Amino acid sequence: MYFAKELLESSSRMRQRWEDEVKKAVAKWADQKEDWTTVSSLDIKRLYTPEDIKDLNFEEDIGYPGQYPFIRGNQVTGYRGKFWTFRMFSGFGSAYDTNQRWHQLLKAGQTGLSTAFDFPTLMGYDTDDPKARGECGKCGVAIDTLEDFMVLVDGIPMDKITTSMTINPPATALWAMYCAAAEIKGIPLTKIGGTIQNDMLKEFIAQKTLMCPPEPSVKLISDTVEFGTKFVPRWNTISISGYHIREAGSTAVQELAFTLRDGMEYVEDVLKRKGLDVDSFAPRLSFFFNSHIDFFEEIAKLRAARRIWAKAMRDRYKAKDERSWWMRFHTQTAGCSLTAQQPYNNVVRTATEALAAVLGGTQSLHTNSLDEVWCLPTDHAVEIALRTQQIIAEETGAANTIDPLAGSYFVEALTNEMEEQAWDYIHKIDDMGGMIEAIHKGFPQMELADAAYKFQRQIDSNEKIMVGVNKYVTEDEQDIPLLDIDDAIETQQIERLTEVKRKRDSKAAKKSLDDLKNACKKGENVMPYCIEAVKSLCSVQEICDVYREVYGEFRDPAMY
Amino acid sequence: MANRKLRIMVAKPGLDGHDRGARVLARCFRDAGYETIYTGCHQTPEQIAAAAIQEDIDCVGLSCMSGAHKYLFPECVRQIRALGGDDIQIIGGGIIPKGDYQLLYDAGLKGIFTPGITLDDIVKWINENIVPNVKE
Repeated sequence: MYFAKELLESSSRMRQRWEDEVKKAVAKWADQKEDWTTVSSLDIKRLYTPEDIKDLNFEEDIGYPGQYPFIRGNQVTGYRGKFWTFRMFSGFGSAYDTNQRWHQLLKAGQTGLSTAFDFPTLMGYDTDDPKARGECGKCGVAIDTLEDFMVLVDGIPMDKITTSMTINPPATALWAMYCAAAEIKGIPLTKIGGTIQNDMLKEFIAQKTLMCPPEPSVKLISDTVEFGTKFVPRWNTISISGYHIREAGSTAVQELAFTLRDGMEYVEDVLKRKGLDVDSFAPRLSFFFNSHIDFFEEIAKLRAARRIWAKAMRDRYKAKDERSWWMRFHTQTAGCSLTAQQPYNNVVRTATEALAAVLGGTQSLHTNSLDEVWCLPTDHAVEIALRTQQIIAEETGAANTIDPLAGSYFVEALTNEMEEQAWDYIHKIDDMGGMIEAIHKGFPQMELADAAYKFQRQIDSNEKIMVGVNKYVTEDEQDIPLLDIDDAIETQQIERLTEVKRKRDSKAAKKSLDDLKNACKKGENVMPYCIEAVKSLCSVQEICDVYREVYGEFRDPAMY
Repeated sequence: MANRKLRIMVAKPGLDGHDRGARVLARCFRDAGYETIYTGCHQTPEQIAAAAIQEDIDCVGLSCMSGAHKYLFPECVRQIRALGGDDIQIIGGGIIPKGDYQLLYDAGLKGIFTPGITLDDIVKWINENIVPNVKE
């Protein structure tokens, strides 16, 4: 019991009196509305008291930072030794354009890099493929071959700065490029650090960057985990992502549950397929969450995530190393919470969400720019977003003490409730035979579709409020400067690719692709072959075409 | 035939996987009583045109969040017309800056819908502006 019996008894008496007074007050002045819920429609009580957390077990459920169950954070010193990494997701146009933006961000005090690729790159197509028409450089940087990649990382100290790459189906190819680039610069693989997102399960559930079916997709991921464990020890070979699940419309609990269950699916595949010891790879698994607008729900979600993962790793997978139990994660503020109307208000939303991420103990943070509802962010908008993090870090005092909301009746009760609901989902998916089976059944996809539709209806009926959209609406529109991506980039990029293909040793390129294909057929780890292929200047699409040929293509089943 | 239900197709051209809006709309159209088809992500303009003709669609709603609408929307219109879908009304939505509206209207889009509009307003607009094609 978390509190002494006497305290609970007196609290109960006092609560009775308070409830009577509430009844009288409400009879006089009715509440503004009947239901008070989170943005995810979780019911919230008017008041939380010791009775709401009376069953907490301090040692098992709370504990200390850097110790099981890690609810209070991974770092024993909190943010005092080091703030979270200021990591702004960026990429647009050509490799040269993005490299310029990176240098600007580093000069402005950013401490890690994060790469946005354009849709052809994300989907494993080259710029000259007919499917890629009109997309080059539009919502990220266009990378076709290692030559582009060398421009991207020009002047970037790869042994000092960690780089995250949001890349999924072609993750092996792009990571191979990073490894090859380091080698060319004379930096050993043991010295480079960073992250590839490389989380395909959430693609089937939410983001729909699709290439091969779920089973071989997970196999490729296990290849990277194995390769990283053995040769690139500072690399996070997967960033198990709830961000996109949430953006696609899930509730906070669904984001929590599906992300963690995805993580468990990957752990199980590596254990089964690669036979690695769980403690050899689990400490490098990383996560990525959304920080949405409902302040306390987000804090509770992040705290619950750490505790669920610690329990799962210790009890379900029998990991012994404490570092296997901890969950490290990046957070991004919620793009879907921003409004096209009155766009300057987005700065306030992002600041609130960023604060929640920090109070939830994130290790790394991206803050969205005010104009991202309209376009990729302009330089000025990105700077405000980065400064938002720096103000939280340097001015607000939020980083002074570790997990400052621990012990709050409300936050602890909400954390417990979200954990409980997440486990219900996790067990339900276990009963379906795991996440891949659940995806084949369309379970998580339809849960998201239901939640997204419900939320839209709540906005349309003013049951939920978005300022500037369905309340406090103004007629005069605020025009903001927009970033336009020059359509000429496509032509230039195609010329660049054609030139690379013309001048490369075509025999060596072909051989490396044949070797990759054989490796795929034999079930070998593809990573060494991918590195050879990118060094032979094979393109992203050439590598992905091998996967498509051997493993087959997966098409969006179009569920709604 | 006069009371034939409106046949609408929600389509995602290009490589963009942001399908929250498209899926919410598809469900909304179904609930509004339209015969609704959703293509799923990653359709080429050619595939969308062929599906629209084959399914005898009255209205195609294109959704794009990637910024490639300036190429993809006009190309979808062109392909649909090339296959003889002259009566098919085409509307679009997504992250579309105002500066691009005219280009899209000129290309043949009948309506453009961007964030903030309610589902009911979209349905109302369709009811007022799109009439089921009654074939001879």
